[in-house]
Amino acid sequence: MNYNWNWHIFFEPNPTGSGTYLDMLVSGLWLTIKTALLAWIIALIFGTVIGILRSLPSKTASWIGFAYVEFFRNMPLLVQLFLWFFVLPELLPRAAGLWLKQLPNAPFWTAAIGVGLFMSARVAVQLAAGIASLPRGQKQAATALGLTLTQGYRYVLLPMAFRIIMPPLTSEFLNTVKNTSVAITIGLIELTGQARAMQEFSFQVFEAFTAATVMYLAINIIVVTGMRFLERSLAIPGYITGK
Amino acid sequence: MFDNLDFDVIRRSLPYLFLDGMSFTLMLTGLSALGGLIFGTLIALMRLSGYKLLGRIAGLYVDFMRSLPLVLVIFWFYFLVPYIGQWLTGASRPIRVGAFTSSLVTFIMFEAAYFSEIMRAGIQSISKGQPAAASALGLTYSQSMRYVVLPQAFRNMLPVLLTQTIVLFQDTSLVYVLSIPDFLGAASKVAQRDGRLVEMYLFAAAVYFVISCVASYGVRRLQARIAIVR
Repeated sequence: MNYNWNWHIFFEPNPTGSGTYLDMLVSGLWLTIKTALLAWIIALIFGTVIGILRSLPSKTASWIGFAYVEFFRNMPLLVQLFLWFFVLPELLPRAAGLWLKQLPNAPFWTAAIGVGLFMSARVAVQLAAGIASLPRGQKQAATALGLTLTQGYRYVLLPMAFRIIMPPLTSEFLNTVKNTSVAITIGLIELTGQARAMQEFSFQVFEAFTAATVMYLAINIIVVTGMRFLERSLAIPGYITGK
Repeated sequence: MFDNLDFDVIRRSLPYLFLDGMSFTLMLTGLSALGGLIFGTLIALMRLSGYKLLGRIAGLYVDFMRSLPLVLVIFWFYFLVPYIGQWLTGASRPIRVGAFTSSLVTFIMFEAAYFSEIMRAGIQSISKGQPAAASALGLTYSQSMRYVVLPQAFRNMLPVLLTQTIVLFQDTSLVYVLSIPDFLGAASKVAQRDGRLVEMYLFAAAVYFVISCVASYGVRRLQARIAIVR
């Protein structure tokens, strides 16, 4: 392979004047983490609401939940980001659209909200499945104890369901991290974007992508290890995952 | 709100959008699904082969691919495929590779990791008695896989495989990062040329939505039919 390897490139100054190439990648890594965390909070909030709606006995509620999930699942994430970024400001009243367009850090907020809503549909499906997997007696016992529907969800169903769906939620969080890279298309210079920029500045393609790859692997390993501890301490005794 | 929109731009660009863009997208989806399934099955067989080293390599490959974002993998292969081609053909310099070939290789290698997990679950769902009966009948390992285990595993996993193909169909839109005119790329080209972002992106979203909805409805019906047979 006639490719000129140069692993010292990371310690050479980058042309943007913000330190070395390594600094560039690390700043991308932080942006990836920040975007993913914000997106994940949004996904958890909306996913929980929609997941609960899907599990309610009311026809209207479960239809709303179904429509929400179908809407966000049947369009590519890239297209959804374009809708939020390019289309939404044009369809709003002029003043609101202008305000949106002039928002500082628009790619960051669009990415966090867009990826967050995209992932919320998946969280909702997992949560609805988790609630459905609980024995019917749980809900009945809550009612028999005199808990209202809200209290039943708050104190009985949700704590159980969330602990059961911990493993799939871990992989959904990792998907959130990976999906933030799609925001490169709306100008968010996160980890993949910085690797791409480094490749364009320095022509050291493979070093740049190798570094980004190692960083993504590191995020994965850290999250998976951390979640394994959390899962163990939150496991419900008597369930397969519990002790 | 829709005053200054011109939806006629969609009608004018329909032939380009579908004959060039959508046919690229569908071709890429179909061939990647096929290639991903073949490689994925091989990886699944490696993992279940009982040879420690082989299983370990396959497992590492799957974990590795699944922890990387698709966009990064697309960039990797875009730059790597010319060198792989050079190495395979023994040429003196990196060979030129077209956009389609490059993205096809990317998606096959990427999807193989996901399809292999599905096929592994499918093979493991076959009861132990089946391969045992096959070898009792005198079938070799490859015969028993080919005629007994894999057909059943494939059949059981068909709905999941098709759902993954719908995900793949949506994911192919990411070749946008290489400025390749797939369906979304074509829509975006027209959008930028005519300054009609709103109309084109709304239309593209609607097309993806309708195709994915119809396809997943079809998968749900198929699943119901298969469930009864079993």
